[in-house]
Amino acid sequence: MAEKHIDQLSGIETTGHEWDGIRELNNPLPRWWLWTFYACILWSIGYAIAYPSIPLLTDATKGLLGYSSRAELTADLDGARVAQGGLLEKISTSSLQEIVADPQLSQFATAGGAAAFRVNCTPCHGTGATGGRGYPNLNDDDWLWGGDIDALYQTIAHGVRDPADGETRISEMPAFTDMLKPDEVRQVAAYVVSLTGTPRDPAMVEPGKQLFADNCVSCHGEKAEGNRDLGAPSLADAIWLKSQGEVEIARQIQSPKHGVMPAWQTRLGDVAVKQLAVYIHSLGGGE
Amino acid sequence: MNLYTASHLQQNGSSVERIDVQPVHSPGTPSRPLYEKRKKIFPKRAEGRFRRFKWLVMLITLGIYYLTPWIRWDRGPFAPDQAVLVDLANRRFYFFFIEIWPQEFFYVAGLLVMAGFGLFLVTSAVGRAWCGYACPQTVWVDLFLVVERFIEGDRNARIKLDAAPWSFDKLWKRVAKHATWLAIAVATGGAWIFYFADAPSLAFDFVTGHAAVVAYSTVAFLTATTYVLGGLLREQVCIYMCPWPRIQAAMLDERSLVVTYNDWRGEPRSRHAKKAVAAGQPVGDCVDCNACVAVCPMGIDIREGQQMACITCALCIDACDGVMDKIGKPRGLIAYATLDEYDANMALATSGGTTAIDPAGVRNPDGSFIDKVRHFDWRVIFRLRTLIYFGVWSAVGLGLVFSLLSRDRLEVNVLHDRNPQFVLESDGSIRNGYTIRLLNMVPEPRTIMVSMEGLPEATMKIAGVTDVPGRLFAVQVEPDKTLALKVFVTLPKDAVSSEAVDFHFIAEDRPSHEKDSYSAVFNTPGARK
Repeated sequence: MAEKHIDQLSGIETTGHEWDGIRELNNPLPRWWLWTFYACILWSIGYAIAYPSIPLLTDATKGLLGYSSRAELTADLDGARVAQGGLLEKISTSSLQEIVADPQLSQFATAGGAAAFRVNCTPCHGTGATGGRGYPNLNDDDWLWGGDIDALYQTIAHGVRDPADGETRISEMPAFTDMLKPDEVRQVAAYVVSLTGTPRDPAMVEPGKQLFADNCVSCHGEKAEGNRDLGAPSLADAIWLKSQGEVEIARQIQSPKHGVMPAWQTRLGDVAVKQLAVYIHSLGGGE
Repeated sequence: MNLYTASHLQQNGSSVERIDVQPVHSPGTPSRPLYEKRKKIFPKRAEGRFRRFKWLVMLITLGIYYLTPWIRWDRGPFAPDQAVLVDLANRRFYFFFIEIWPQEFFYVAGLLVMAGFGLFLVTSAVGRAWCGYACPQTVWVDLFLVVERFIEGDRNARIKLDAAPWSFDKLWKRVAKHATWLAIAVATGGAWIFYFADAPSLAFDFVTGHAAVVAYSTVAFLTATTYVLGGLLREQVCIYMCPWPRIQAAMLDERSLVVTYNDWRGEPRSRHAKKAVAAGQPVGDCVDCNACVAVCPMGIDIREGQQMACITCALCIDACDGVMDKIGKPRGLIAYATLDEYDANMALATSGGTTAIDPAGVRNPDGSFIDKVRHFDWRVIFRLRTLIYFGVWSAVGLGLVFSLLSRDRLEVNVLHDRNPQFVLESDGSIRNGYTIRLLNMVPEPRTIMVSMEGLPEATMKIAGVTDVPGRLFAVQVEPDKTLALKVFVTLPKDAVSSEAVDFHFIAEDRPSHEKDSYSAVFNTPGARK
């Protein structure tokens, strides 16, 4: 502290501090300000007693009010669950058609389905439900097992080729390695590729068409339009799930790959499966 | 400490009563302790033109504050009929014929900018007029002082009552005063909440105990602040709590009007002017009656010069003018004056600062002021600084008005799906998904036509509206609501190019010809934006 300094103009003592020639007058604080300060100290003591405050070795004091932010969060979550309770109950007792027809229920189910999708389905189908090679894109209008909401529900609930579920979607394409010679496989592949408007060597396509009629139409249909009862994909559309191009199609004919999806009803429960069905149906390809 | 103060002449015989009062807040108070006990101020009632003006301002501002929520304004069956309403739950702000949505909050920001520049303008022109006339602290303190004077009497009676021992008389006066203050405080807090809900129904709910907890707690909080700040703390708020005095003082310049004690004509002050004159001593106009100190709600002596605690309420002008009238001297010993005028006149009175104030320097032998004395010239208000402030203030105001008159009451916003960016359909066509939000910003239901402009081969489907592809759909939007639509746009295989294509979504209300468009992009496997 510097020596005492009196401001010439006002005649008031300064604090003794100086900044570039500017000094602060040492005017007294109002006494009520002092009392306010003491009140704040008292308040802090009361606060420390009422709320968790003093850190201990492994924990902190609990406070008389027993407040904890974690408990508050739990209470909030419980409150949200109670608020959802009525809607979840309604979803459980309504048919899928009723859910879609009710705007509030449909919105709730779509949001819930989206959440369930992100947790359970994205590893295979992707965050945008766009799938990938071997995993179907759920946005488009091409469905292996049907795209109306009941079919979607059935597929999600019981899975595809899930050995643990008795009602699972199941079918198997035989491996044609033994039944067709390599040349014949290539001819069938050429024919399949030509179905989507891609010109191919007629010398390959014509015999391929005959071989297709003999071996494949029972599942894939006369016009290769597929068969949803059997999960046989349409080969005449623009969408290719497992293979694209003659070489890959030939490999699929000789040694087919089959997709597998677990049954979700036993894992997530009926309400979540219904919500998932509503969500998938809303993506744009639903029928 | 006033350099120009002459020594007192101890003589008798004055026509004006001298009030026994010392300034409470004086920069010259010597040697003080670290903490200071509050000194009580008992402002005397003032009479005069500034006091009348302040009554008028008080009437208008309090009237606006208390009555505005009760004004009704018919907006039809789909919107509230309260003229001014901040509807936080529905995120709407109603102001007579204007309805503001949250995204239009910039109007409020613009008003705040205008308030800022308006304050600069007023302060640079007429000093701390905000503090002296319009600040809620000033207005409510004034109101509380009215109550205090009505119950306890004017200054002398109040000083006497304060010093008196407790008695029944003192008790009932104090109880009545504080009870009235509390009632005003409750009404003040109560009026605030009416801006946020339908006033009549909220008033009913509030009285019957059915209003929301937040309503009661808000009223309780504002009651406490009004009572404590307006009734108990008064001038302490302006001196110790408010940042304005520091900021506003920095906005004054030598041509700003401030309440000024004109010592060039007041000094040497004398309580016994006649005898001093008879004795041949120089005598100024100030009779040292202290009327200016007695009426001051801030407890200062304006004769000590401009100071931070002065809120320029001008009551000292009224008090002094009254005294000047009484003793037959011209008004304006304390007056609104600029520093330029003051300095010029001071130079006359002190021969350019070389002597003590000599009344003869500004006066003719007959006592009238010499022509060289500068008086207020209204033209100083119109100077570059104030014109710039006024220019900015009006530019912002005009901008807001223009924006308000030309704004749309129908809007469409489009959010393109990011995942997936496009979908390949089985027939080879490409589909893009969009979330379209229609904003129907009028309080009546409307049928909005949604269409596409550009992308001629494409068709769209709107989830929940139609399953049949088309390019133009009618959508019902509820009054004063937004509607989100999931729209799928499909471009046939043959029309798909390798470029991402720009197009527009159009929303149109045909009866009113209101139309809005929003640009969107159609992504294809070849290109994405």
